Amino acid sequence: MENFEPKIVAFMCNWCAYGAADLAGVSRFKYPPNIRPIRVMCSATVSPHYILRAFQSGADGVLVGG
Amino acid sequence: MDKCIACGVCVEKCPKKVDDDYNAGLIKRKAISVPYSQAVPLKYAIDPEQCLYFTKGKCGKCAKRCPADAINYEDKEKEITLEVGSVILAPGFKSFDPSKFDTYGYAKLPNVVTALEFERILSATGPFMGHLVRPSDKKEPKKIAWLQCVGSRDMNRCDNAYCSSVCCMYAIKQTVIALEHSNEPLECTIFYMDMRTHGKDFDKYYENAKKGGVRFIRSRVHTVTPIHGSDDLVVRYASEDGTMNEEEFDMFVLSTGFEIDQSVVDLSARLGVELDKYHFTQTDSFNPVSTSVPGIYASGAFTGPKDIPQSVMESSAAACAATQKLAPARNTLTHEVVVAEERDVSTEAPKVGVFVCNCGINIGGVVNVPEVAEYVKTLPHVTYVGENLFSCSQDTQDKMTEIIKEEGLNRVVVAACTPRTHEELFQETLINAGLNKYLFEMANIRNQDSWVHSDNPEAATQKAKDMVRMAVAKAVLLSPLEQEELPVTQSALVVGGGIAGMTAALALAEQGYPVDLVEKSEAFGGNALKLRKALKGEDIGDYVKELANRLEADNRITVHPNSTIANVDGFIGNFKTELNQGGSKKFVEHGVAIIATGAKEYKPTEYLYGEHDAVTTHLGLDALLINNDPKVEKAENVVFIQCVGSRDEERPYCSKVCCTHTVKSALEIKRRNPDANVYVLYRDIRTYGKREDLYRDAREAGIIFFSYTPEEKPVVTADGDRVEIDFKDSILGRKVSVKADLLCLATAIESNKDQELAQLFKVPLDGDGWLLEAHQKLRPVEFATDGVFLCGMAHYPKPIEESIAQAQAAASRALTVLSIDKIKVSGIVSHIIPELCSGCYGCINVCPYGAISYNAEIKVAEVNPALCKGCGACAAACPSEAPILKGFDNHQLYAQIKSALSA
Repeated sequence: MENFEPKIVAFMCNWCAYGAADLAGVSRFKYPPNIRPIRVMCSATVSPHYILRAFQSGADGVLVGG
Repeated sequence: MDKCIACGVCVEKCPKKVDDDYNAGLIKRKAISVPYSQAVPLKYAIDPEQCLYFTKGKCGKCAKRCPADAINYEDKEKEITLEVGSVILAPGFKSFDPSKFDTYGYAKLPNVVTALEFERILSATGPFMGHLVRPSDKKEPKKIAWLQCVGSRDMNRCDNAYCSSVCCMYAIKQTVIALEHSNEPLECTIFYMDMRTHGKDFDKYYENAKKGGVRFIRSRVHTVTPIHGSDDLVVRYASEDGTMNEEEFDMFVLSTGFEIDQSVVDLSARLGVELDKYHFTQTDSFNPVSTSVPGIYASGAFTGPKDIPQSVMESSAAACAATQKLAPARNTLTHEVVVAEERDVSTEAPKVGVFVCNCGINIGGVVNVPEVAEYVKTLPHVTYVGENLFSCSQDTQDKMTEIIKEEGLNRVVVAACTPRTHEELFQETLINAGLNKYLFEMANIRNQDSWVHSDNPEAATQKAKDMVRMAVAKAVLLSPLEQEELPVTQSALVVGGGIAGMTAALALAEQGYPVDLVEKSEAFGGNALKLRKALKGEDIGDYVKELANRLEADNRITVHPNSTIANVDGFIGNFKTELNQGGSKKFVEHGVAIIATGAKEYKPTEYLYGEHDAVTTHLGLDALLINNDPKVEKAENVVFIQCVGSRDEERPYCSKVCCTHTVKSALEIKRRNPDANVYVLYRDIRTYGKREDLYRDAREAGIIFFSYTPEEKPVVTADGDRVEIDFKDSILGRKVSVKADLLCLATAIESNKDQELAQLFKVPLDGDGWLLEAHQKLRPVEFATDGVFLCGMAHYPKPIEESIAQAQAAASRALTVLSIDKIKVSGIVSHIIPELCSGCYGCINVCPYGAISYNAEIKVAEVNPALCKGCGACAAACPSEAPILKGFDNHQLYAQIKSALSA
């Protein structure tokens, strides 16, 4: 487990979390490159199906930002 | 400026460090900088007073290193002449500089900061990245004190006798956020004179802060002095009973007030705009955004100290007033855009073109762009891959248009920066190339990749490949979307014929639109019919008559007295409303609605109200004053009790107008009857803004103010024609008794709690029954339901000048709908597949915009695209996946998810 690198799918609301992730870039913050972002128009649209699909497809974690 | 790609290389290379004024000088910035990280547009600018090239004629490093050739030293200040019909002044305020007060030691003591400096300390983009530390030793403070009214309500040490209106609330907010940010146990104390939390929901916030442990001490602070051998500080203050106290703190925040900058005073002089003695604009209560010069309007802190909601309202009001006279010229200078014909791609197999951007070295310096481009060529359906140095530059845009046409591309992916800033630009490119703009997808390999993983180019390159692959997977499944166009009925319905409703109706009519004005009673004027004088002594009765005459004279306005709303059908641009006028039905078609149904005076059940003739309320006293009732002239003792029915458990809000009303009436009583003794029993005197002058006048006129607490309320008993009022004087600490000929109860303003009307218009009420706006600060006159607006006391208690400004603001926002003949709806809306819908109401219940309705005929739910905001909550709620959020449908999302993990 020492070299374990989790694969994380992140669903991010266009109006807040996605904008915040953009701002993290503008501010040159650093974070691990394990996240694969998916833009959604509202976190309310992230159905349990999305989260289950992500795990089924091999994700180690799912982040919903909204 | 057009060339700047905001990469920040110039800042890296600039050798000159200067104080960062955005961060209140707490840290340094470079001579070239962006003012703050969220700046729009995100473009770097040179400070010519600091830049070595401008001051010493050498350096030029930024120009040498800029990858976009965006540095232009010749881009200097220019004078531009514009021909305009009206002008709006919104120059804002300057925070009071407390350096001149040696009592607080601001100039010498690093741990005494202004509220603005503290705001930056708390901010994630501030000098300490939101970590709460004090400036001197970067230690986390354990005890912080706020000192209120620094540079406000002060005639001795500065000339700012007015109240700055916002400092009480921002100080409480800062205590709450400081407590949240602090890792250590933190003690917050506010030293104040009167806690002025008069805005909507502000008192609840104040009470919650108290519950959260914030200490509030009513006191004027004497001095702040350093403790020898430490960075800590000690404060000396007098408590209410007059004793002097001392207490140690780690840090002090000075709640500094508002001032108008000298440059604004000079500008006003050049324009001939008259200012008052504090340098705010001279406005009358009935024209709150007008200045002394016709055609020049003002808004925001320039007209008087105010908070954000009020500033936003006033700015919309100024926009309304400024366009009133110019209405006939509307749309006379607009151009039609000629659009290329859209290619039908429905029968074509997907041909995806991918453009990978280097963004100078912003992406290319970290991500191996050629490697990404090579990889993308292996992806299914990709028929073209190109690399751009700067995808957003005009020449690249033109080139991309040509490539799309030549290669016959029918889906486009740009791997570059963020869709939040650049999607629209690239969609424009698609339109120019004859493609539907929704056949486009972005991969954010700059903001969310190269910029955050610059320390790991290999992983960043891998992430870029994954992100482009995900974008391609979605792009393949994109289909063209249509943007529906809906016609607009260019007329308005205004509900409520008080001052707010009449003002809104007149504003819209004078802008050229027909208005139907509905009033439930016989007469127009509402509460204003019972009021005497406005803030600056203007006669309210005369003004109401003038408004009523103007209503009558305007043939664009149809008035409906004695009418109520029976039913509302439709949506933005297309409402059909049924009125009930004395039992008979009437139908009105309208594009927008403004709700201005007002509020009412609370009738108290305490202090012998209704039982004794000497006890009255504000409206009762106004009637006595209007009718020159001898009761007033003959009275020996007059007492006012504040907060009757306000700020209690049943009505946990401040009614905002009563303190000012009391001092105004008390002054009038003193004017008519100088021998009368007038006493005011209060909890906090909330004569915010310039109203503070009236409070000072009242004290100077000999009106005596006693504070009381809700735990020890005054007691009223009958004593013949008089009433006896017993209360405790907190300064003497003794019981006092007054026999009053007249007792005026400053009673609360209550909501009409018109649940039925709110439901008809699909708009919410808050817990106190006030109409709940879409956003308290940013959208103060709108609802989440499009096309419906609000103003006046139905929103929250407020004085006439604020009701008028809000009414003009509501009219202004309504005009944004009325002035167009068709509404173009976004393509990203939900659509419910009727065959999959079982009519379970799941989506209808979750839709926050009331955009879904149940079609009883075919027993399925249907989306009205005009109301849909594309949030997709319905799609997630549906058990049968019947709703499709176009542009973000389940198949597209599933493809993206699968692709994210298929590397």
